[in-house]
Amino acid sequence: MGCLESLPYEVLLSKISFKESREYLARYAEKYDVEPGYKMFDLHLIGVPPIRVAIDGESLLFPFTKPCHGTFLIRVPDAVNEIERLRNREKSK
Amino acid sequence: MPEDESRRVALLVMGCPKVPVQTSLVLYLAHRLKKAGIKTIIAGTPSARQLIRVADPDGHYTMEMKDLDATIAALADEKLSVTDSYVFVHNDAGISYTATMVSLTKKPVTAIIFGEEAEQMKQEITFPCTVIAQPATHNPMPLKKKIEEAAPWDV
Repeated sequence: MGCLESLPYEVLLSKISFKESREYLARYAEKYDVEPGYKMFDLHLIGVPPIRVAIDGESLLFPFTKPCHGTFLIRVPDAVNEIERLRNREKSK
Repeated sequence: MPEDESRRVALLVMGCPKVPVQTSLVLYLAHRLKKAGIKTIIAGTPSARQLIRVADPDGHYTMEMKDLDATIAALADEKLSVTDSYVFVHNDAGISYTATMVSLTKKPVTAIIFGEEAEQMKQEITFPCTVIAQPATHNPMPLKKKIEEAAPWDV
């Protein structure tokens, strides 16, 4: 599994619950729900479905959960490839 | 020799090891499952695994241990399959890991909930899984009793 540290990420919110993450991301116009285990940037997302991820320009916002520190809301800039993959996934549904 | 594909493979998922009862309950459950002929895999963070390794250096009670992130990846990539899972939960992250196990394994999952917020955590389980809960932090005996009543090694 990949490591978040290899990404140029920014922490938007820290030590939140998965519900708070979902609620926060509701404010973004373009957002998608993915299932637990969905792979982005070589990371598998952890959470209670539906796990919400949002797009803000060329940035991707998503929850990242660690056992001892809870959930962080992460923003990764220049995520055009992952954004494209999410949009294509949505179209193919 | 190829592994027996009909053999039960139980995955025990540890949360953050900050609550004392977790390590002893994981060891106890792994021991009971192993004694019943069930293969066990314990997944956890490096520190959670070290607590187990130090307590059971010769592997009397435990079998395989794996990194938690690597285990999630293996399940998501269908490189690992298990027949049942037991997730040790004492915080919100534990609920997220339980839901992830339900989604990835498509097999029975039991949430073993402990810690001061056990009742609140229990209310957060809104997806199908078995719940064993007790607000235990230092004394593992009440939760051990509940695990024995559920007797997952006999199922």
